[in-house]
This record gives sequence, structure tokens and C-alpha cells, in this order.
Amino acid sequence: MAIYLTKESKVLVQGMTGAEGMKHTRRMLAAGTNVVGGVNPRKAGRTVEFDDRAGGIDVFGTVREGIEATGADVTVVFVPPAFCKAAVTEAADAGIGLAVVITEGIPVHDTVAFQSYAQQRGTRVIGPNCPGLITPGQANAGIIPADITKPGRIGLVSKSGTLTYQLMYELRDIGFSTCVGIGGDPVIGTTHIDCLQAFEDDPETELVVLIGEIGGDAEERAAAYIREHISKPVVGYVAGFTAPEGKTMGHAGAIVSGSTGTARAKQQALEAAGVRVGATPTETARLVLEHLASS
Amino acid sequence: MDLFEYQARELFEEYGVSVPTAEVAGTAKEARRIADRLGGRAVVKAQVKTGGRGKAGGVKLAADPAAAELTARQILGMDIKGHTAHQVMLAQPVEIETEFYVSYVLDRAAGHFLAIASAEGGMEIEEVAANRPEAVARIPVDPAHGVTADKAAEIARAAHLPPEAADVLVKLWTVLTEEDAVLVEVNPLVRTRDGRLLALDGKVALDDNARFRQTRWGGAETAHDDPLEARAAAKGLNYVKLDGQVGVVGNGAGLVMSTLDVVAGCGARPANFLDIGGGASARVMADGLSVILSDPDVRSVFVNVFGGITACDAVADGIVQALDEIRLTKPLVVRLDGNSAAQGRAILNGHRHPLVEQVTTMDGAARRAAQLAK
Repeated sequence: MAIYLTKESKVLVQGMTGAEGMKHTRRMLAAGTNVVGGVNPRKAGRTVEFDDRAGGIDVFGTVREGIEATGADVTVVFVPPAFCKAAVTEAADAGIGLAVVITEGIPVHDTVAFQSYAQQRGTRVIGPNCPGLITPGQANAGIIPADITKPGRIGLVSKSGTLTYQLMYELRDIGFSTCVGIGGDPVIGTTHIDCLQAFEDDPETELVVLIGEIGGDAEERAAAYIREHISKPVVGYVAGFTAPEGKTMGHAGAIVSGSTGTARAKQQALEAAGVRVGATPTETARLVLEHLASS
Repeated sequence: MDLFEYQARELFEEYGVSVPTAEVAGTAKEARRIADRLGGRAVVKAQVKTGGRGKAGGVKLAADPAAAELTARQILGMDIKGHTAHQVMLAQPVEIETEFYVSYVLDRAAGHFLAIASAEGGMEIEEVAANRPEAVARIPVDPAHGVTADKAAEIARAAHLPPEAADVLVKLWTVLTEEDAVLVEVNPLVRTRDGRLLALDGKVALDDNARFRQTRWGGAETAHDDPLEARAAAKGLNYVKLDGQVGVVGNGAGLVMSTLDVVAGCGARPANFLDIGGGASARVMADGLSVILSDPDVRSVFVNVFGGITACDAVADGIVQALDEIRLTKPLVVRLDGNSAAQGRAILNGHRHPLVEQVTTMDGAARRAAQLAK
């Protein structure tokens, strides 16, 4: 088991024929992902060759055609920022179950529009501006390096890509059920809370690692949710204690304004909900090992 | 990007929201001429991108052009919460009867915009919101429909604003969507003695991600106060100057923020934030190091890279390239892990620079860099 993505998932790649799309489709295939098609209206009807897929991968003109031909249930979106709103809207209209939006730099009005649209049509969005998700040993939808770790019993949800990789690496000998990079933009589809509940329901996940960073109040909300609804142990890490107020540090969402949204406030909220929070990624990994050893 | 008040005022005017007559001046002499044109009396307002101007003495009423010149001279160059006033706006005074508050702001958790409005506008709106939340209406806006005349009427009613405020609410929503703003705030929106509804002061924050389709502001605000930030921005680097001694460079905003924290946890202070991003090339690494090393406050540098997409051999090549281009006078602590880490470490070992040291763990490398900065 795993959450959101398994070896049964049939994956389309919107923007597969672009440079990033090609590079990461190659990596997704190498990780065992069942990529069933690409989508590009200008290159419909072509077949793209890949080393790890005999016969190549077909390019469809629309997501709907891709679903009809292959039964795809997941799409990974690599299209440029200006076209993401149309891409996700189209995927939701076609009835895709999960849209993983890797693209960085999407105007927030567009995200607000496609996220709300997708939600009404029952499409789960992960991202945007995220590394995607991986279920080690089964499938990889996005850009998370697949060779860091192996299948295991830890679930991971994170705003940050490289911190995800760092924790996967620190805990590579234990392994992960699924790792989800939810993205650091101000508005995202799938939240920490969604992932926490999914991991709670996943019999193969024993413990959840939650990584947050300054900005917004998603971690505080997650803390409140954990207190009420999560019985599995959660270990946390929060980045951004040293970030100065009011300065953006890379992620649009990582802005501290006023007293809420600080790393300290998030740490306190998580600890008050019984979550042990590591001071560094390495210490966080140690806390996970302690938990697993004592259970 | 935040706009200055005078820019927000221009936008409002363009979209049909009534605003006071006003002009901007960069010198006291100019301020005098503007006051003269405005009829003598003028409110002189510091143009800084921060709140609390009034309390800091950055907003003053001048009775005549001579007084306007004097006041402008006092305000120009004034520091308000770390922001220098390089310009003043002179506005025709209005007779205020009532002050209201209206804004559209992104509700991150809900994933849509929120209309916030109150019949009790003015400087103390945050206190009103905290002490008497019932006096502040918060109405979610469905992105599929936006703020229609009906929706605007609903917001105005909920906040006990006069019915004619609905028209202003529709126009401000157009500003928000057409301009790709993430915040539009009017505080106060006033009713004057002669019955007009005017946006007396406003704040607009634009979405940097929308610059590709919002060309009006161009590179309007790429003026960085800090020379190192300006240099980094010119090279397309994501760099923020901080006030410590340990230079920090890494890949990915989350990992770099975490690196700052770990350095601080070792008793040192980070000198900067620098994210070379995913899949960074040797050139980006070399550019980044050259900016950090030219910071006179920096005593040691911590390069912390976890190779996901980024390959550590490219990072190592970038470090070597930087060492060829600049004479290294400060110690460099490098931690490479992940994608092609072995190759990256081998490249640096082969280079054998006496000031470059490799430490295999993030915490250990942070400790070493902190120690070297003492």
C-alpha cells in the first residue's frame, strides 16, 4: 500500500515533449512508473522513444484522448506557467483523479482558479511548485530522485523539495511508503492535513514525517488536526527560524509577516499536539529512529 | 512586489475609483510647486513601502506652499522602519465625514480571495479586527464568479458600508484580477462632507509570478538597497543579505533556510541566504560564490548541497571554477551529498586547495563553518 500513487497508477505527462518533460519522463520510467502517454496538442499522434519503454510512448492531443486510449488516472504537469491553468482545467474536465503540478512560477490567480475548479470536479491537485510524489519501488510522479531510498514504513509530507530529499537520505535504511512534496506556494491543492489523513488510513505507514517552513499557518492547522485525528506517531521539522521578517526566501509562500507564520510558532503548535520536532534534519531523523525502536 | 501609495492611487484612478488630487515629488522645491498647483494646502506623505508612516511623522499637513517645501525637506530622506523616503506625495486635503476599510486578500488556507470590509476604517483597523471581530466582515469570493454587482452589494451590507461602496468594491476587484495583485487594500475609504466616496490611501501588492503578462511595471522595483543584493539580482541569483559572518549557499529554498538555522544553532550567524536552485550549473555556483566572497562581513563560507536533480560534480566544478576566477582568502566548508556526491568530492579532493575543507554531514559542516567564523 501507499498513498495517492502505486504501481497500478497509469500516468500521463502534460508537457512531456519539452526538455524538462523528457528528462523527467525518462527518470519516472526508470523508477518503474507506468507512464502511458504524453499530452501536447501540437505533437498529437507522434510516438516518443524511451530506453525504458519498448515501442515508445504516444503523444495525445488532449488529456481526454489520453484517458480514453489508456485509462490514465494520474497526470504530471510540466507545462510552462502561462499554460498551467488551461492544462489543469482540461485534466479536471477529462475526469483525471490526480494532477501533480510540478511547474514553478504560476500566477496565484491561476492557481486559485484551477484548484477551485479541480476540487469541484473531484480531481486532487498536488502542487504547484512541488517535486511531486514517490512511492519507492512502485512509481514516481514528478522529479523526486528515485534512487535515494527504498520501500518502507515511513510516510513523508513536505513543503520543501530538497529537505524531502535530505530526510529520505537520512532515513534511507528504513525506507518510505510514500513521500509527498506538496509545494511551497501560497495556494496549493493537497495539504499537510490531507496527507496526514491518507497516511493514517494507510496500513503500511507506521510513522509520518512532516516538514514545514515559515509562512502561512498550514503547520499550525496540521498540528490541530493531529491532536484530533491522527493516532500514528508524527515527527516534525520546521525550517526558517533564522529568516528575517518580511523577506522572501525563494518560495512565494515563505514570507513571514507579523507574529504568525514564524518557525517558532509552528514548532510550538506541533509540540503542543504531541509532535516531536527536530532542531536539524539529522536530529529529526534520529527522533524517527527512536520512535520506531520503541514501538 | 509592493507598489508605492502613489502608484496604487494611479491604478485606482485608472480603474475609475475616485481618489484625491495628488502628485509626487522627489525634491522639496518640486513639492512647493505641486502644493501651489493644488491650491496651497496639501497633505505631504512619505512614499515608503511600510505601514505606520503617520506615527513615524511621515504624514503631515502643510498650510501653504512654503510649509509644503519645508515639510517635504523634513520627510525626504527620513527613515521609516528601515525604509528611506525618496519621494513624497502631495495630496489635496479633503473634509472627511466617515472612514471605512475595504480590502481583497488571499486566504491561503482556503485557497481563494477574501473580501474584508468594515465601517470602522482608519489607522486602528487591526485593533478593531482583534477586539471586535463582529465589526469586520470577511466574505469569501468564489474565483469562478468574482465580485459581481450582487456580490459587492452583499459585502457592503455585511460590513454596514453605504450602498454606493458596492461600485468601488467591483472596481477594486477588477484592479485585483486585471493587475494580478495579491492584495488590494483601501484604508481609509472615506465619505467626504460633500458626499463623495474617495480612496484616501491604498496598498497594492502584485504577484511576481505574473510579471510575464504584466509588463507595465517592468523592472520597476529591481532597485536593491543593498549593493550585494543588487549584484546577485543582476546575475539572476536568489540572494538575501543577512547580518552574520557565515556565508551560506545551497540548493533549494527549504534546505538553505534549514542551513541558516543549523548555522545559527552552532552559535554563529549566517551572512546571507543564497539558493542556487534545482539543477544548477557550475556557472551559477561560481557566480554565487563570487558574490558571497565579496561580502566583507563573511569570515567563512558553508556550501551545503544535497544533490537531487542537481549533480554534485557540477557543483564541485563550479567551486573549482570560482577558485580559478577569484583569489580565495576565506575558508570554504563544503558538504556534498546525494546525486554524484562521490564524483563531486573527488573533484574537490583533486584540486587540493588549502582553504577548502570537506565535511560529510550537514551538522558537522555547519559546526566547522561556525568555528572558522569565530
